[in-house]
Amino acid sequence: MENAKLLLVDDEKGFLDTITKRLEKRKLKIWAVYSGEDALVELEKNTAIEVVVLDVKMPGMDGIETLVEIKKRFPLMEVIMLTGHATVETAIDGMKLGAFDYLMKPCDIDELISKVKEAIEKKRQHDEKIMEARIKEISDRMV
Amino acid sequence: MEQSLTDRKAFYQVLVRKITTLILVVSFFPLILTTGLLVYRFHITYTDKIQAHISELVQKHTQNIDTFLSEKLGNIQYLSKLFIHNQHGPDAFLEKHLALLKDEYGDVFTDLGLINEKGIQFAYKGPFNLEYANYSDAQWFIEAIKKPFYISDVFVGLRGHPHFIIAVKIPSAESYNILRATINFGAFNSLVENIHIGKTGIAFIINNKGQLQTQTRVEFKQSTITSMAVNPEYYKKDKTIFAKKREPSGKRVLCVTSTLKNNDWLMVFRQDINDAFSELWKTQILTLIIFIFGCIAILSVAFLLPKNIVKLISKADTKSEAMNKQVVESGKLATIGELAAGIAHEINNPVAIMVEEAGWIGDLLEEEDLKACENLNEFTRALDQINTQGRRCKEITHKLLSFARKTDSTINDVQINEVITEMVSLTDKMAMYNNITIETDLHKGIPYIRISPSELQQVILNLINNAIDAMEKTGGKIKIETKPSAIKKNNLVISVEDNGPGIPKDSLGRIFDPFFTTKAVGKGTGLGLSICYGIIQKMGGKIDVHSQVGAGTKFRIWIPFQEETSEDIKNDNNTIIEES
Repeated sequence: MENAKLLLVDDEKGFLDTITKRLEKRKLKIWAVYSGEDALVELEKNTAIEVVVLDVKMPGMDGIETLVEIKKRFPLMEVIMLTGHATVETAIDGMKLGAFDYLMKPCDIDELISKVKEAIEKKRQHDEKIMEARIKEISDRMV
Repeated sequence: MEQSLTDRKAFYQVLVRKITTLILVVSFFPLILTTGLLVYRFHITYTDKIQAHISELVQKHTQNIDTFLSEKLGNIQYLSKLFIHNQHGPDAFLEKHLALLKDEYGDVFTDLGLINEKGIQFAYKGPFNLEYANYSDAQWFIEAIKKPFYISDVFVGLRGHPHFIIAVKIPSAESYNILRATINFGAFNSLVENIHIGKTGIAFIINNKGQLQTQTRVEFKQSTITSMAVNPEYYKKDKTIFAKKREPSGKRVLCVTSTLKNNDWLMVFRQDINDAFSELWKTQILTLIIFIFGCIAILSVAFLLPKNIVKLISKADTKSEAMNKQVVESGKLATIGELAAGIAHEINNPVAIMVEEAGWIGDLLEEEDLKACENLNEFTRALDQINTQGRRCKEITHKLLSFARKTDSTINDVQINEVITEMVSLTDKMAMYNNITIETDLHKGIPYIRISPSELQQVILNLINNAIDAMEKTGGKIKIETKPSAIKKNNLVISVEDNGPGIPKDSLGRIFDPFFTTKAVGKGTGLGLSICYGIIQKMGGKIDVHSQVGAGTKFRIWIPFQEETSEDIKNDNNTIIEES
């Protein structure tokens, strides 16, 4: 999965930095921020981001609040929830609110990558459909 | 535990004794006091009443008789005065006045007679032929000549039946005569005979020699009568004396006396005490019977009630103790759960970082050209080890967290037998390696239950795993059974029984405690059974354990179900099927 553009959100700097390095080494384009607020700012700024990996438990805006905000502002954005403490209920809540999937920390890197891949695929298909619809609309207009 | 049981038994005994004593004191004290006071007061009042009644009766009759006597005496005295101025012969005088008296008083006066100083009756009028009868030796004549008038005692005399005489001296110039009237004894007797009370209460008159002056319907021994006459106390003037005494025959009698005729005669009223006070005694016996019944009632209440109360109390105590234990147990679980969740969370993140860093080193190692490095194998082994141990940490923390918050508590309709079969098939291999066989006896027709299937799986798996662990070395048999509970209504019971080494008594009470384990270090977390306990509690069920060292262990789980709900769900399903 090359050129996947990920935004990682986690308050654990050690974890985030390492996983960023590991993912970058696997040819993914990574942006890393340490809080939900920063994540929203980053998404605003950077329209290239395709998938957000979001830690559930964070100081300030927590994962669920951030997720709600992201889905409000960027409805097509795919979000993968990362739960550090087996709060499956929270993860399920997250999925009900539109998250793509969830992973438990500490997670296997390959597993993470495969989840990201699925999410991006879904998003790209989605985008494609929207594009097609647009094209169709425009071409219809021409006729 | 046993110590406290005996303590409690002693406490209950003391309680029973205290309540019994209290009931006895509180009931008996007023009862005895009231009954005693009532009986005593009633006795006094009633005795007084009877005494007053009889005394009054006797007094009235005494007065009547006295009046009767003095009236008759007055009549004769009047006659004697008339006689002095009489111009006709004595016979004519007597005839005329006897007729007048009979006319006036009826049959009271039997006859009239005139006697000279020598005791010769020179004139007589009456039914007997007594003219010229000589009375000079008669007792009454001797008495009569001494006094201006005389009333005799009752005597038989010349005519042969009892009568008494009123004699009045008529002084003349040289000598004197005596006017004598005989009073009809029947008329006199009826005055006294009319007095009778109860069965034995009768009245009679005796003279001072103890001779009966009236007829009685009952025969008395002479000694009885004499004993009354001799008693000088009875001859106090104008006084009614009330006495209770014992007759020589041993009979206790009531004796009321009053003097008559200038203290010559004694009116005696006599009644058996038993008779006189029969009403009183009837009442007293009734009171006594009521009292005895009251006592029996109090005694039975005093000895039965406290036992029942204490039985109820002890039942309530046992119940509340069990409840307390449950509350403490679940409280303990909750506290430990929270603690565990906190620790798990704090540990999880560092472990995640460590695992990531190890992964990063692994990534870097792949990149480097380290084929020449002789320690490459050691590096990769160490990284693998870090990964494995990290995963182990994760497992522990996840278990801890699942203990605090159940992993997957989605509720579904679950067929318990299916879950058990599934779990048995999962563990069958492992059991076989340990030379253990698993038998199942699953009751058909167990209803669907709305619980979390994954939680139930966890519980069953845990119990089977524990049984396998216990019989690892020896081998053995595990028997799993399901059936509707015979003890608890709308419950089904799952029992998991092994014939392993059993659980020692001192461990048995703690096996549901978190972190309590008998397994070797690193083999068990000590959370399995407390998680099971928590899950079953949450389902509204119950889990217990019976174990005998050397014989085996049996876990039993009760899970409640509601038949109606499961039927409803089935019906819902049916409608859906029909619609589609």
